[in-house]
Amino acid sequence: MADTMHAAAHAADHGHHSATGLSNNKLAMWLFLGSECLLFGGLISTYMLYRGRVSDGPHPSQVYDIPFTSVSSFVLLMSSLTMVLAVTSAQRNDDSKTNLWLTVTALLGATFIGGQVYEFTTFYREGMGFTTSLFTSSFYTLTGFHGVHVSVGVILLLATVGIIKRNKVTGNKAESVELVGLYWHFVDIVWIVIFTLVYLIPA
Amino acid sequence: MAIIERPSSDVAVTATAPATVTPTSSQGALKRPVSARGWREWLFTVDHKKIGIMYGVVAMFFFIVGGVEALLIRLQLAAPEGRFLSADQYNQMFTMHATTMVFLFAMPMAAAFANYFLPLQIGARDVAFPRLNALSLWLLVSGGIVLNLAWFLGGAADGGWFMYAPNSGPVFSPSNGVDFWTVGLQIAGIASLIGSINLIVTVLNMRAPGMTLMKMPVFTWMILVVQFLLVFSLPVITVALVLLMFQREYGATFFDVSAGADPLLWQHLFWIFGHPEVYVLILPAFGIISEVLPTFARKPLFGYPFVVFSGAAIGFVGFGVWAHHMFAAGLGPVSVAVFSIATMAIAIPTGVKIFNWLLTMWGGKIWYSTAMKFAIGLVMLFTVGGLSGVTHSVAPSTTQQTDTYYIVAHFHYVLFGGMVFGLFSGFYYWWPKVFGRMLNERLGSWNFWLMVIGMNMTFGPMHILGLQGQPRRMYQWTEARAGEGFFNLAFWNVVSSIGSFILAVSVLVFLVNVWKTWRAGKQAPLDPWDARTLEWLTTSPPKAHNFDRIPVVHHLDEFFHRKYEEDTATHTMRPVTDGASLVEEEIRNADANIHLPSSSYWPLVLAVGISTLGLGVLYGVPVMVIGAATVLLSSFGWVLEPSVAPETDFEDPSHGDGHTKEVVPLG
Repeated sequence: MADTMHAAAHAADHGHHSATGLSNNKLAMWLFLGSECLLFGGLISTYMLYRGRVSDGPHPSQVYDIPFTSVSSFVLLMSSLTMVLAVTSAQRNDDSKTNLWLTVTALLGATFIGGQVYEFTTFYREGMGFTTSLFTSSFYTLTGFHGVHVSVGVILLLATVGIIKRNKVTGNKAESVELVGLYWHFVDIVWIVIFTLVYLIPA
Repeated sequence: MAIIERPSSDVAVTATAPATVTPTSSQGALKRPVSARGWREWLFTVDHKKIGIMYGVVAMFFFIVGGVEALLIRLQLAAPEGRFLSADQYNQMFTMHATTMVFLFAMPMAAAFANYFLPLQIGARDVAFPRLNALSLWLLVSGGIVLNLAWFLGGAADGGWFMYAPNSGPVFSPSNGVDFWTVGLQIAGIASLIGSINLIVTVLNMRAPGMTLMKMPVFTWMILVVQFLLVFSLPVITVALVLLMFQREYGATFFDVSAGADPLLWQHLFWIFGHPEVYVLILPAFGIISEVLPTFARKPLFGYPFVVFSGAAIGFVGFGVWAHHMFAAGLGPVSVAVFSIATMAIAIPTGVKIFNWLLTMWGGKIWYSTAMKFAIGLVMLFTVGGLSGVTHSVAPSTTQQTDTYYIVAHFHYVLFGGMVFGLFSGFYYWWPKVFGRMLNERLGSWNFWLMVIGMNMTFGPMHILGLQGQPRRMYQWTEARAGEGFFNLAFWNVVSSIGSFILAVSVLVFLVNVWKTWRAGKQAPLDPWDARTLEWLTTSPPKAHNFDRIPVVHHLDEFFHRKYEEDTATHTMRPVTDGASLVEEEIRNADANIHLPSSSYWPLVLAVGISTLGLGVLYGVPVMVIGAATVLLSSFGWVLEPSVAPETDFEDPSHGDGHTKEVVPLG
């Protein structure tokens, strides 16, 4: 019944076709992630500037446990795989598979966070407090910001599962899952950069 | 079923029926405020026009606050050894003057214009994310409140608006003003970030059929460029603010030189944001006068693509010149040379714009309305500020001028002479569109001339003061060092202070004009200025759904081209119809089915939650937990709420005043 003009103006809301070919939601998510790049860029720059400034406490090379962090990084990267499986299941309209993979992704993410909590605790016991040196402050700020992003992602994943289960999705279901996926992949990719720059390249 | 909005004449008004609230809700306890009236209608609105007006009111309020702060500064400096303010109060005053004017007046006022006119100019019914739009507004209000709360809780921020380290650290700024400042600006920053993403998506995805990017009005273009600047610069200052917050609240040493920190880190982070920010401030004004000048010169904008691309070029190069704010910091000759040249280069696209505006007026039949006067004022005064800006790109000379009144003169010429004049031009141009009433042109003329005189008297002498060496931010100057003759500091300080009060009178005249227009303004014709762009293709004020039917665009300046046709014999434009008839035609051909997003509580609740979370940084974990819980709950409420309310949330059309909204079944 809606006339065509109105339909065209309204289509963007439903992700059919728009001037960019992206739905409003997806375009907004990309812009947000673009902005996030600069946020992590600033934090990473701060860390790179300060990583060698150890006035007190341990030096980076003394505390990093590369094998341990490699394993937790691997867990996080695998969660991107399960996220992809969730997105394809959602696109096939397979709710139970979608929920399964979203839950697995959330669990992998939570495992990574658990690893980070363990790592932070260990570092703290080794005399590396938040205010010990410029290195420790910038290390905790950078990895902490990333950890908060992963935690928010876990909440998003679990919330998506809950909303799908109760059939309360207000928009396009497959797209909602995909948006969470975009965010999740971004957080993973940032971790690759952080892992390389912070842990692998010696200060 | 669908929500139908009809022109009110089609539906019988049942004025006698009592308003009832149907106790249904898709959101548990709270009924969605879709039928809210009065102040609740404004508080929970997601309509971009109402949000735009509220942005304007908030910005105007802070313009007055920041203006009073400026007057107090000028009172202090009017005489030698001023005792009007203590040194501490003076520091707070200039810090909050700048912070208020930049973050709480200029950006929100530009957001007001953008919110209101951008959807109208591209032929859309609203922005892409109406609820996020409301969230931006309420976050801005919260940020403003948090920033200014400090006045009453132990003193406002006092480190200057760029809050250089180590001065901003707990040692040199022991009051909690800076704490409120970091939290308040982060909240206002989230507001701008959300707003910018929203507007970019709106422009890129929601243009009316036929409106290609190069048929977009210049105002919309400039707003688009500004939003890209914001998306990529705000996260950088967020990092800086977070680091400063961690330093002050949790004992980190990011900017503590004695702990081995590098104070230049703050300067870099701040100005990587701060320089794009100055284009964030000026480009909306450029956009406004690029609409006003062609309208009142009765000529199309000269070199539209050049104006657009030079605006975009300013945006790009604007990210590569930040270190010219740091020439005195000892960056080394290579950096200084590179940033000098980049800074000179940015004058080129700016100059291109100035010449395009001049050539737009050249040979036009100029109508000296108040809007046009302000626009011409911008072209002249901004050019003065732009030229002194070029002198700053010469590093050896800047090393002398850094932190003198010469800098203050420069940025007030570009920001007051540029931005404020542009915004006032926009007030007079678009007032009839927004409120359906004309601002008084006689008072407008007073407003304009007082502002020109006041502005030049206030900021002109500052060039002299600065070149004579008066440092900015010094709370007193002494008679003994004032000098003699033409360059006497005492004389020019007095002139400047008198000028600032003339400016205040000018703003007062504007407020009187607004008040008189409000009370008994002349009803505005539908197309008072013979305008050129789509926002005039609807009633004034526009209906909730903006356009009765979505226009199909064939031309740049579509509205103008619907009114005029080219006479092929003489190559002149002759009128074929007028704006009022065009609008009437739209009303006759109104769309039947118009879905509008519904009002919502969640933007306001979420904004309160985020602000509480922010205040938790200052007031401890319990406050933070309350804030986080509110954020989490309202996020769920938000996500579970459909953008258009189900019909059960509306009042039964047989009750209430139901003359605009009713629910009818659709096939």
